[in-house]
Amino acid sequence: MSFSVIGAVAIYKREMMRAFRTAFQSILAPVLTTSLYFIVFGSAIGSRMPAIGGVEYAAFIIPGLLMLTLLGETTSNSSFGIYMPRFTGTIYELLSAPIGVAETLIGFVGAAATKSLILAAIILGTASLFVDYQIKYPLLALGYIMLVAASFSLFGFILGIWADSFEKLGIIPVLILTPLTFLGGTFYSLDMLPAPWNTIALLNPIAFLVSGLRWTFYGTSDVSIGVSLGLTLGFLAICVSVIAFIFKTGWRLRE
Amino acid sequence: MSDTVLSLSGLTKVYSGGTKALDGVDLDIRRGEIFALLGPNGAGKTTLIGAVCGLVRPTSGTMTAFGHDLATDWRPARARIGLVPQELSTDMFETVWRAVSYSRGLFGHPKNAARIEEILRSLSLWEKKDSQIRELSGGMKRRVLIAKALSHEPDLLFLDEPTAGVDVELRKGMWDQIAALRERGTTIILTTHYIEEAELMADRVGVIRKGRILMVDDKDSMMEQLGNTEAIIELAEPLADLPEAVTAFPVELREDGREICYRGGSGEGGGRAEVAELTKALIRAGIDYTGIDIHDSSLEDIFVDLVGGNDGQGDAA
Repeated sequence: MSFSVIGAVAIYKREMMRAFRTAFQSILAPVLTTSLYFIVFGSAIGSRMPAIGGVEYAAFIIPGLLMLTLLGETTSNSSFGIYMPRFTGTIYELLSAPIGVAETLIGFVGAAATKSLILAAIILGTASLFVDYQIKYPLLALGYIMLVAASFSLFGFILGIWADSFEKLGIIPVLILTPLTFLGGTFYSLDMLPAPWNTIALLNPIAFLVSGLRWTFYGTSDVSIGVSLGLTLGFLAICVSVIAFIFKTGWRLRE
Repeated sequence: MSDTVLSLSGLTKVYSGGTKALDGVDLDIRRGEIFALLGPNGAGKTTLIGAVCGLVRPTSGTMTAFGHDLATDWRPARARIGLVPQELSTDMFETVWRAVSYSRGLFGHPKNAARIEEILRSLSLWEKKDSQIRELSGGMKRRVLIAKALSHEPDLLFLDEPTAGVDVELRKGMWDQIAALRERGTTIILTTHYIEEAELMADRVGVIRKGRILMVDDKDSMMEQLGNTEAIIELAEPLADLPEAVTAFPVELREDGREICYRGGSGEGGGRAEVAELTKALIRAGIDYTGIDIHDSSLEDIFVDLVGGNDGQGDAA
C-alpha cells in the first residue's frame, strides 16, 4: 500500500493555516475561560476548600479543567475540519485525489491533535499564573495528553462525517462531553461523593480520563492509571476501526 | 489500446433511493480528444464523472484509466485525472494562491511556484492571487476551480458544465483555455447544456439519456448522418395541391399553400443539391416563387431529435 507524503502534508498544513486564520478566537477563548475558572473555582472558592489528597484545591482542578477544554475543543475542531468541506462541497477534491485513509487521517486528525497540544500548553501556562503547581510525571502527562488529543480528534472526525447539520455537529460536545467532564471529577474527587453516587460516577468514562491525567500530575487518582490508560487506548482503537469502516464503505462520503 | 485513456464497461449506478443514474454505460475516450457529453438534466452526466473521479461508488461495471483499474489501482490513475465540478464549491476564506497550491500538494506534486503562476496568469487570475475566494465573482470562482484542477497537471480533465452561468465573453475565454489545453495534449471530457459549445469544441460527441449512451460519434459524421437540410420556398401564387413535378421530393405544402417546405438530405449532406434540383423542377413546371430560406440543421436539432421531449426530469443528476 502506497502513501503520499506530499498529500498528507498538504492537508496538515492547510488545516493548521485554518487555525491561524482564527488564531485570535482559538487562543484567546481558552485562555479566557481557563482564567475565569481559576478566578472563580481556584481563588474565590478554592481558598475555602481543604486540600484533596495532599494537593491544594486550585492545583487539584488543573487536570480536570485541562481535560474539559481539551475534549470540547479537540472534538469540535476536528469535526469542523471535515464537516465544512462536506457542507461547502469542496470535499469533491479530497475524494478525487490520489490519497487514502492514512493521508486523510494524518492530515486532518494530526492537525487537530497538534492544535490540541498547543491549546494544552496555553492552558497550563495560564494556570501557572494563578497557581503554583508541579507535574510529577511530565513525560507521562505529555504522553497522556497526546493520547487523549489523538483519540478525540479521531472521535471528532467521525462526528464531522456523521453530522448532517450544524446542530448535530454542536450537540455532542455541548450536551455530552461538557456535562460528563463536569460530573467526571473535574472539581472534586469521586470519593467525596456520597454513596451510591461515587459508584455511579464510575459509569462515566470521562471520569477515568480526568483521573488518569490527575495521576500523571500528582500521583493520586480515583481509579488506577492502568484502567484509565486501557480505557483511553480502547477508545482510540474503536475510533480507528470506525474510521476504517467509513472509508471502506464510503459511508456519508461517497454515494 | 494505448490510444484509449479511459475505458468504461457496463458502468451502472443505482442510488440507494432506487434511481438508476447509469445503466450499463460503455465508453472509450481517446488520447488527446475533446469529448462532449450531451444530455438533458438528470441524464447521468454528473454521476458518470463522479464514478470515474471517485465521488460515486458504481454499482457494477469496470472502469480503466491509463491502464489502471479504478476500483483497485486508483492511486496512479486518479493522480492523472483532474476535475472541475459543476457547483462553485470553493474554500471561501482561502486565498486563490493557497487554494491552488493546496490542490497541487493534495495530488502529490511537489511545490512549484512558477507552475502555479503560469496557470494563474493563463486564467487571468494573477492579480487576484492574494484575494480571498469569497471576494471573487462567479466567473472568477469558476476559473479558480479550473486552476485547482490544472495545478496538478492532469492528463485527463473533466469539465462538468464549465461555462454554466458564465457570460458570453468569458465563455469565449474559456473555450480558448480548453483549446490551449488540448494543444498541450490534455484529454478533455466536458458536459454541457450549450450545444453550441459541443459543436464548436468537441471532436466527438456522446449523447446520454436516462443513464444510457444513445450514441457516440465524431461530431462531423454525426452531423452528416443525422443532419438534414430544411428549405422553405415562398410561392408567388398559393397552390391547392402539390404539383406532380415535385412529389418525388420530401416536401409538403404549408401556410395554406403559400409555402413549400423541404426537409431531407439525410446522409452525405446532399440536401442543398437536392433543393437546387427542386427549384429547377418548380421552374420547369411553371411555378413561380418569391424567396427561398434554406438552412442545415445544427447539432442542437439533432440533439433535440435524439433526446426527444425532455422527459428525463426527475432522475438523479
